[in-house]
Amino acid sequence: MPRVVFTDNLQRHVACPPCEVTGGTVREVLQAAFAANGRARGYVLDEHGAVRKHMLVFVNGEMIRDREKLSDPVPAEAEVYVMQALSGG
Amino acid sequence: MSNRIVVATRKGLFTIERSGRGRNPWSIARTAFLAEHVIMTLPDSRDGSLYAALHLGHFGAKIRRSSDGGETWQELGVPAYPEKPADDDQKDTWGKPLEWKLDRIWSLEAGGLNEPGLLWCGTLPGGLFRSTDHGATWQMVEPLWFNPKRKEWFGGGADLPGIHSICVDPRDSRHVSIGVSCGGVWVTADGGATWDCRARGIWAAYMPPEQKDNPNVQDVHRVVQCASDPDCLWAQHHNGIFRTTDGCASWQDVSNLTSLSPTSFGFAVAVHPREPATAWFVPGVKDEHRLPADGKVVVARTRDGGRNYEILRNGLPQEHAYDLTYRHGLDVDESGDRLAFGTTTGSLWVTEDQGDSWLNVSEHLPPIYCVRFVSAAG
Repeated sequence: MPRVVFTDNLQRHVACPPCEVTGGTVREVLQAAFAANGRARGYVLDEHGAVRKHMLVFVNGEMIRDREKLSDPVPAEAEVYVMQALSGG
Repeated sequence: MSNRIVVATRKGLFTIERSGRGRNPWSIARTAFLAEHVIMTLPDSRDGSLYAALHLGHFGAKIRRSSDGGETWQELGVPAYPEKPADDDQKDTWGKPLEWKLDRIWSLEAGGLNEPGLLWCGTLPGGLFRSTDHGATWQMVEPLWFNPKRKEWFGGGADLPGIHSICVDPRDSRHVSIGVSCGGVWVTADGGATWDCRARGIWAAYMPPEQKDNPNVQDVHRVVQCASDPDCLWAQHHNGIFRTTDGCASWQDVSNLTSLSPTSFGFAVAVHPREPATAWFVPGVKDEHRLPADGKVVVARTRDGGRNYEILRNGLPQEHAYDLTYRHGLDVDESGDRLAFGTTTGSLWVTEDQGDSWLNVSEHLPPIYCVRFVSAAG
């Protein structure tokens, strides 16, 4: 199962322990992660489900390309990292 | 008379209380959200709640409420823009597609006394939102957002247009006037179902001659309403000071530069709650400078509706001071005697005599966005 890890800086506002979830795309994986932690969703995604401007998502070390629809594939044993961009904050 | 002030800053929310003795009894009593960008705060005198709007750079805009004076906080909902229709081709000032997304919260106001739990929220890029459940959920005021003239709004100090002032008429809560940078003053008389732009008489020095009187391009920096005479509103505008005494039907230019010297530029304005002709401003050198004139921090006060202004400087720094006061950085309490203002360099001053003399509370706060008295009732 893909494993999702959130930036430590997010923990200051919302507890987001690493989690293992099912899903074949970034959208499915994050949806599953946020199903049990709805409050965290608004910190990572905007009101239309796109990745916030100053957030980054990596799958096995590669930055995702589709920040709007989150359609990048996620292999079964992948590590998904949700990080802050160096811009913005 | 209010003994408590809340101050929203670039690095947290500060509560100032009048609890000491001696010449300056004001001091910092509490901090919250240290290190966070607190854009706006609202002490709601109807139920004693305290709201804080945060702008967490990476994680977006958030709203929190405290029911115990700022000890503990609860996370609330945030305004959400509707999905942009595929055929909407509105561009921003730079020709890029305007995103229908919450960029930031810019104003937060309580509804009327007969509307417990009702809140208004002004945002960038120009959406107005309303909550009827103490901020738990928010609904966009769609008749304003979908008004075709809304598309003419453009950014002033910020890149995107935004709603910074929301005045709820104490006689009739459905009557709401808002200030838009840049989009003039808009008024609803039916709780938001229909809106009119009412900025006739306000003029713009920064527009070409054929556009300078267009009400919908006016960069009003801040609009405030007199509590006891709600047909009287004051606007600190990009190139002057304007006043209406007929509920925004017409505005008069009251930038009396002779007595307002050195400048009529600024962001903040406060009006006395019982004397509609008395108002205060924190002037600065105009747009391309945005500094106090000659390094002297002053407050301008008029008691006659803008015919004459006094420049108040007792207790304020008069050399090498480079403090700028943002649009929400000045407030007056319900007595009309106490005012407070905060600046970009983290200085905070309070007066207990309508501005005749000022007491410094701190010169070391983070840059200050918003200063508000907590009503003695709340």
